[in-house]
Amino acid sequence: MPEQDKYSWPAPEERTYVGRRMGRVDGMPKSTGHAKYTYDYNPKGLLYGAFARCPYAHARIKSIDTSAAESMPGVKAIEIVQGPGKEIHWAGDEIVAIAAVDEPTVRDAVRAVKVEYEQLPHLVLDSKEPPHDIPPDTSPLSLADLEDMFSNQVPANQMIKDIKERGISFKPQEAPLDRMPPNIADAIKAAPQKPPENKPPSWYKPAAAETQGDPDAAFKASDVVVSEGLYGIPVITHCCLESHGAVSEWTDNDHLLVHASTQFVSGIPGQMSEEVGIPAANIRSVQENIGGGFGSKFAPDRWGIYSAKLSKKAGGAPVKMMLSRAEELEVAGARPSAYARVRVAAKKDGTLTAWDSFGWGTGGPGGGGSPPIPYLIRDRVPNYRTQWTAVVNNIGPARAWRAPNHPQACLITMAALDDLAHKLGMNPLDFLKKNIELTGPRANIYMDEFPIADELMDWSKRWHPRGDTTPGPIKRGLGLSIHTWGGRGHQSECDLTIQPDGSVTIKMGTQDLGTGTRTAILAVAADTLGLSPQQITLLYGDTRYPMSGGSGGSTTIGGVSSTTRRAAVDARDALFAKVAPALGGTPDQLEAVKGQIRVKGNPSKALAWKDACAKIGAVPINAHGKNLGGRDPLMNSGVGGVQMADVSVDTETGIVKINKMVAVQDCGLIVSLETAESQCYGALIMGISYALYEEKVMDPATGRMLNPNMEFYRLAGIGDIGELVVHMMVNKYDSRGVIGLGEPPVISPGAAISNAVANAIGVRVPFLPLTPQRVLAALEESQKGAAA
Amino acid sequence: MSKKDDRSSNLSRRDFLKISGIAASVPLVAGPAVIEVEGQEVAIHGPGAVPVTLIVNGKKYTEKIEPRVTLLDALREHLDVTGPKRVCDRAECGACTVLMDNRAVYSCTTLAIEAQGKQIVTAEGLGGGTQPHAVQAAFVNNDAQQCGFCTPGFTVATKAFLDKHPHAGGPEVAHGIGGNLCRCGTYRGIQGVVAQMTRREPKGNAGTTMIAERIAKGGANA
Repeated sequence: MPEQDKYSWPAPEERTYVGRRMGRVDGMPKSTGHAKYTYDYNPKGLLYGAFARCPYAHARIKSIDTSAAESMPGVKAIEIVQGPGKEIHWAGDEIVAIAAVDEPTVRDAVRAVKVEYEQLPHLVLDSKEPPHDIPPDTSPLSLADLEDMFSNQVPANQMIKDIKERGISFKPQEAPLDRMPPNIADAIKAAPQKPPENKPPSWYKPAAAETQGDPDAAFKASDVVVSEGLYGIPVITHCCLESHGAVSEWTDNDHLLVHASTQFVSGIPGQMSEEVGIPAANIRSVQENIGGGFGSKFAPDRWGIYSAKLSKKAGGAPVKMMLSRAEELEVAGARPSAYARVRVAAKKDGTLTAWDSFGWGTGGPGGGGSPPIPYLIRDRVPNYRTQWTAVVNNIGPARAWRAPNHPQACLITMAALDDLAHKLGMNPLDFLKKNIELTGPRANIYMDEFPIADELMDWSKRWHPRGDTTPGPIKRGLGLSIHTWGGRGHQSECDLTIQPDGSVTIKMGTQDLGTGTRTAILAVAADTLGLSPQQITLLYGDTRYPMSGGSGGSTTIGGVSSTTRRAAVDARDALFAKVAPALGGTPDQLEAVKGQIRVKGNPSKALAWKDACAKIGAVPINAHGKNLGGRDPLMNSGVGGVQMADVSVDTETGIVKINKMVAVQDCGLIVSLETAESQCYGALIMGISYALYEEKVMDPATGRMLNPNMEFYRLAGIGDIGELVVHMMVNKYDSRGVIGLGEPPVISPGAAISNAVANAIGVRVPFLPLTPQRVLAALEESQKGAAA
Repeated sequence: MSKKDDRSSNLSRRDFLKISGIAASVPLVAGPAVIEVEGQEVAIHGPGAVPVTLIVNGKKYTEKIEPRVTLLDALREHLDVTGPKRVCDRAECGACTVLMDNRAVYSCTTLAIEAQGKQIVTAEGLGGGTQPHAVQAAFVNNDAQQCGFCTPGFTVATKAFLDKHPHAGGPEVAHGIGGNLCRCGTYRGIQGVVAQMTRREPKGNAGTTMIAERIAKGGANA
């Protein structure tokens, strides 16, 4: 039997838990408040840590005086994070770390730190269109440039591209190559060496335009309709309810125990060892539960590192450093903004022919990534030109935010296409169907999903051309968007042990972000062993267990489910070998179902699970599960989803209200149906939140965030969500294997809602969030246009 | 408990902030000093730690706590009762919600010293004993949680709301538990919790019959 068959997913009729609504296994401890999070970890002798932070968006440190803080009773340790001479690029950056006996004392001590700064000019706004004529920076990279790229978290692939294309003005051996990711070190070693160039500082980093076909000719063609528009989405924050933070303690001189609020339990030691000065093997990372991450919690960060350094200074006592709400919103992660001026053309029958866009956005000092514009159709639309200018400013550092760059690219693309459909006089659903081949490999999935979404929203019956003509100030409209995401499972390992008494344990160093990871692991193991999930103990969230990848990029479900399946099949087969003689069959004739090991087709020849396990002997069965990474047939990549929004807009107040949203979502083989649906509902709600309310509002005068709290950084509440309908494509694409789901459904809501508002009021509100002010401004603008 | 102590338990955070400047000039005394502010007598606690007695989930605790410490921080850091979460710390999100004499309050904006003598119930004690409360079971049934960080506060707020509005629906729900926020987006599940709970009378069999009749008549809110 080929290996692939042995491990392949059981058919739907052979599953009891996989793909069904089995209930969240960790639901009760969460509901009753017993579930423990990093923030809740209160070991004996706990000290509290906090940072003195820079109040300026751009400054140079002149001097630091910690003497007053040092002499305060209760202060146990002080560390300078960034010293005199250091240039600071955002307000709220960490300067001094302090640990004290309790939180009131440490906050008092932070206030007592005196830092003198030289203020430097700052930029915190980003929505103004940059000049189009700045040439791309092609000068060779200096060591300082490289350091900036690292400290500003420029994505590795972008760094490698820059290193390769621009070359370097230093010798590779001058760079700390051994501390870098190997692929970046290799790029530096291979990079052309050039003499350094003096370059004036600039707020803008334009990338070279990317072009396909002949866009200029395509726009000039006589038989095309051209639509032009401006679209955008500002910087928003992650606003994890459990703020970022960690508790570190030295269990002896050489061993560190870290409780970090993290999306990557297994990866914490490797990211801390250099800074803390001990081998990664001596660092244990533990986490039971995490109160939200959304892409912002992969690194130990300064709070992780400095909780360990302060602990060391304080004789090993545990130090808790959790960010306050204001700190969380100011410095612990933001999603880059994206704005674009777009021209798009189609033939009169709706065939899309050309795209041209000039885009810009910021991820803070690093400039931020470049969204994949035009979204979904890039490389397949026959003629396009797309330009991107990164705005380098002092808004604070960006982090991956659930489906990085995709919601931005989706809004810009889907809104531009929606405007074009309007100009063509087409129903946008018909327009997307007409051009669906341009979306590439997922075209068939969208075509399967469209009629379902249509029916659930009653789109075809209810859609009207742009501008609700019913009398009165309340206008209603429908909008639509589609999206995709990769989501191939990450590398993951686990140990599955069957004891002679029948008890079963799985150990895996993964984490459950609330996506239902624990539930999914147990569903797979239970179905494979013919047990119920309650009969299996899952130990996770500890570097003492086999490593599992970080929970980002929607990679967890593929990683943990394939790994669990492989371990459970191997353990089950080992058990079959032990039991076969007693059942008078060969191992390959046996099956594990309903708490029994029995001969296939002969249910009378069966042993109860416990009796079967009694045949194991003294040495338990242990199977190590390890998925095959990218080539594992149990998992796959690339999902398709369709979303529709139904909104009402009060044209007198500008208030947008969600009436209903529909999400139709594929993720290949669904492992845990109920928690998968919850992911989609949650994504719709998060999408409503960023479409209508969320924005990191910066003050151009002081360079600080104006709304670092939950009153003015508004999240959607229970009264804001309307009716939500989720349809998962159950059992439709099982043959593709398991594909990640966490990110895809949060990509479309902004576009679908923006399109619905345009459909309701007859004009495009260019930028999210669709606040009353922006809606009224767009209406006023259109009336001016009409009057002129 | 003395009359002065009674008065001290009515001290709100705002009053406290208003008078804290004065408090600094008052010499340290064994018990709370009393000064007059805007014609009213106000007890001055601290500024150092003072003994604070709290009744939490039926259990009495006495701890030395600074008067500026909130009920939330006293619960979490002094008593290790960590169901109530600190998220906004400014009465904006509801993650810290506890019952104080059966009223839902934001423990992040209640001082520990003013919670003395009151019955404090957190998510851990909502069921009254070892069993979870029916509302908490309904949170599980409706998968009204993801990361779970807002959930303990939500269960307490929902319970308090349903006690007052056992037949609530629609806008009442949005308003009644709109003071709690979730980042993962679990509101649809929470709507399910309310729907489930309002269809079932909380006490006894008579309620079950009543509900059955109501459903037969055509709807939970009939």
